[in-house]
Amino acid sequence: MIEELLFQLELGLPQVVLGLVNGAFYALLSLGLAVIFGMLNVINFAHGAQFMVGAFVAWMLLNWGGIGYWPALLLAPLIVGAFGVVLERTMISRLYKLDHLYGLLLTFGLALIIEGLFRNSFGSSGLPYAPPELLAGPPVDLGFMFLPKYRLWVVVAAVVMSLLTWIVIEKTRLGAYLRAATENAALVQAFGVNVPRMMTLTYAAGVALAAFAGVLAAPIYSVNPQMGSSLIITVFAVVVIGGMGSILGSVLTGFGLGLVEGLTKVFYPEASSTVIFVIMAIVLLARPAGLFGRA
Amino acid sequence: MAGQATAFTATAQQSPGLPGLAALGFNRAQSIAFLLLLGLLLVGPFVLYPVFLMKLLCFALFACAFNLLIGYVGLLSFGHAMFFGMGGYVTAHAAKVWGLTPELAILAGGAVGAVLGVVAGWIAIRRQGIYFAMITLALAQMIFFVCLQAPFTGGEDGIQSVPRGALLGVFSLAQDMSLYWVVAAVFLAGFLLINRIIHSPFGQVLTAIRENEPRAISLGYRVDDYKLMAFTLSATLAGIAGGTKALVFGIATLTDVYWAMSGEVVLMTLVGGLGTVFGPVLGAAVIVSMQNYLAEFGAWVTVIQGCIFVACVLAFRAGIAGQLGRWLRVRL
Amino acid sequence: MVQDRRSLLKSGAGLALVPALAGLPSRGRAQGATTLKIGVLNDQSGVYREVSGPTSTACVRQAIQDSGIAAKGITVEVVQADHQNKADVGATIARQWIDRDGVDVIVDVPNSAVALAINGIVREKNKVYLNSTGGTTELTGRQCSPNTVHWTYDTYMLAKSTGGAMVKTGADSWFFITADYAFGHDLERNTSAFVQAAGGKVLGAVRHPLQSTDFSSYLLQAQQSRAKVVGLANAGTDTINCVKQAAEFGVTRRGTKIAVMLMFINDVHSLGLNAAQGLVCTESFYWDLNDRTRAFTDRVKGSLGGNYPAMSHAGCYASVLHYLKAVADMGGAAAKSDGAATVARMKAMPTDDDCFGQGKIREDGRKLHPVYLFEVKKPEESKGPWDYYKMLQTTSADEAWRPVSEGGCPLVRA
Repeated sequence: MIEELLFQLELGLPQVVLGLVNGAFYALLSLGLAVIFGMLNVINFAHGAQFMVGAFVAWMLLNWGGIGYWPALLLAPLIVGAFGVVLERTMISRLYKLDHLYGLLLTFGLALIIEGLFRNSFGSSGLPYAPPELLAGPPVDLGFMFLPKYRLWVVVAAVVMSLLTWIVIEKTRLGAYLRAATENAALVQAFGVNVPRMMTLTYAAGVALAAFAGVLAAPIYSVNPQMGSSLIITVFAVVVIGGMGSILGSVLTGFGLGLVEGLTKVFYPEASSTVIFVIMAIVLLARPAGLFGRA
Repeated sequence: MAGQATAFTATAQQSPGLPGLAALGFNRAQSIAFLLLLGLLLVGPFVLYPVFLMKLLCFALFACAFNLLIGYVGLLSFGHAMFFGMGGYVTAHAAKVWGLTPELAILAGGAVGAVLGVVAGWIAIRRQGIYFAMITLALAQMIFFVCLQAPFTGGEDGIQSVPRGALLGVFSLAQDMSLYWVVAAVFLAGFLLINRIIHSPFGQVLTAIRENEPRAISLGYRVDDYKLMAFTLSATLAGIAGGTKALVFGIATLTDVYWAMSGEVVLMTLVGGLGTVFGPVLGAAVIVSMQNYLAEFGAWVTVIQGCIFVACVLAFRAGIAGQLGRWLRVRL
Repeated sequence: MVQDRRSLLKSGAGLALVPALAGLPSRGRAQGATTLKIGVLNDQSGVYREVSGPTSTACVRQAIQDSGIAAKGITVEVVQADHQNKADVGATIARQWIDRDGVDVIVDVPNSAVALAINGIVREKNKVYLNSTGGTTELTGRQCSPNTVHWTYDTYMLAKSTGGAMVKTGADSWFFITADYAFGHDLERNTSAFVQAAGGKVLGAVRHPLQSTDFSSYLLQAQQSRAKVVGLANAGTDTINCVKQAAEFGVTRRGTKIAVMLMFINDVHSLGLNAAQGLVCTESFYWDLNDRTRAFTDRVKGSLGGNYPAMSHAGCYASVLHYLKAVADMGGAAAKSDGAATVARMKAMPTDDDCFGQGKIREDGRKLHPVYLFEVKKPEESKGPWDYYKMLQTTSADEAWRPVSEGGCPLVRA
């Protein structure tokens, strides 16, 4: 009996760890989506494409500029963020007063354009990107499993980044302005804060988060133009379950769902991509505004 | 969006319809547009390729069914592929394995749409806005999973070589032209039914719910019942559209239950014009033509599609029908 | 602004009409002269773009040039289209090509749902169908057609070569990571049968949803089974992700072999040798196999934009070349009027081309040629660009393919 239990644990524990690693990506991506939705009220369907561009920029930096992984981790989000500024200024800023649907449609169109352009330039079967020297090498022995160093780093990076974002939004003056601006933009503007510029920077920051996740993903996932579109629907589900716009909610839900998905992969692997939607339906019926959302 | 769409429709003058067509609830502009549509339906197969036109009509009916929900009740479903795709599978199975005649097979597709619609609707209408959309998405993903796993759907090979059969067991539909008239009839029936619903007292209540739900409740309407009815009707018609498409091509595949199909019908309706009678038909025409005629451009298809969507949102928010209506100062 | 709207609207309306009308006159034109039209229908914008896509079209053009058919007074035109991996889009294009544009042959067609849909249409219209990139054995099984030649590979042959041949090298216990759809199930079932027939064991299998991004969980389950071989019964991006993560988790470091059931050289290229080294896979063509394959590759390379031909592309080349030989033999007009007769002539003639050498087409439409088991080289073993494979084993044309008797093809009388 106890042996059986121990065996199950031995089988399950590694999956829990792996689930957390996947959860880290869900958390980072849904974080960016939540920031954009919470502050700008735009459902950014191009998030997956921006995640993909992040990975590709890392590849370009390495192969065209000889710039390695660590600088790319900073540079790629900046480059993609700058691109986000252009998008926000030229298109997205016109949609703030409209229904969500239009933002969704516009960003969906953008995602199609971005993915199509990358497919034309780089093909669809993907590009190689090696993990950095420091994190390559044989996997670490955790006692119950071998885990590649790079995966540990992914979890650490995601946790740190999520914390930073949370602190900026909840604890700093800038964050306070932002939250105030979402409540009443005109009033904040009247206090002399440049609200449009703040919105632009928020969008850029959300996009940069996606790019950051993209660079993190490049060494372990195939770097191809459709890498984002296969994730985006799942990430949407994560955001909704966490409560649209809730920063903390999306991060915790991201890790939590990664875990649940990891366990499903052991017990009923065929359903591992469907389980998130089952949870979403149940959560929405029980708690209309998501687990951490304000109704 | 809903508010914006109605803002101008309210200012458009309510001109009386042409005699005869007014009974269908059309105003003058709509009557003319309808006659035009009828004309195109009659001439179309002699000018354009009939199979392409049939595909277009199936999607047009699908988009009209979808528009009934979003345009007139204000509910954005992001899971309509489940009705469309399942309708297709059931019609294909009924025609191929059970050997039903085409009209019965299509009705079977519609029946499945209706049953699924009642269940999905009953669950989803408890929530609003984006949450409603997400629940329908979740349900559609589950149906997709079922379709992938169930033996009768043939996995990713789909159900292949479905016979077109003979109408009522008598008139063979093997020729594209004979099938075309059946598809055109199915489309017209669906289109007119939707139009009838919209202009009935029932439809007026639906619009009232879209405009101001609390007010409708306070007036004593059982809002949830109305929503469920509309949802089921929309699902049924989507099932019929999917079933008809399965007969046209002789195949039913996973593409039609995939979430991207739910997205596609949203795009068709938006591009054509939300809450307009003819918009979804125009939107379906544009999107299906793009898929077909841009196919030779290879990977540029998605880029061009993307550009059109972006342009639509930035410049033609009311969709083709809405924009046309604005220029001509009529309601289409 | 107003102008913008108008021009956009115009182009929107024009989109629907112009190309369709432009397609009209070609119907009349095609009937008079002996002009043949080949339609290359494949994935130009999705996951199969690299293994089919524009490279297939270039190979078809090369075949037309190499055939010297123009000298015999027969002109051959090539059209191409993207089926977007949707069966209905593929079916509409194919019907329109045949009914309106006078297309005589449809070539390539990856994605089994689309491949099977086209199979039915071509048969109905009595044209010729040369499938190269589709993998389903249904094409030569229950749904076989007198108008179809299935050229390059199928799931049975992949299973036989990889499954059967590897056990002989001592890799006798297997664990499968299988994509949860018919293609994956087929591969897993067939390979298991060959592994067991050769005296090996199958220790387990795990089925993952299509287009998963993370495979570490499955790889871990494979490791825990202590199998000597991890068989990947999936394709495309799924395989690439799987292999990349297997390298990361050091699956091969402890002596476990990874057998990829379906891989093309373009997949190896996109993985890079660092991640792909040591993989075992099956192809029926490799550009560096012999003098003839190298000669073919040299001829076609310039028009591929940096890509190299995989077996799927070679199949497009060879099938069209053989088709044109049959056409030259029976005359353009006769070939144009009867697809089934043309395919029958193709079956009657032995095949010989630079890519697959000598071979023949069986009664059920199956093309027969030898099949090769390759191992991917280590980075230090590779001497130049695209120098990726070393050969492990050859399965002869007689052994590699599913016997006619097992296929259940109604064309073949038992």
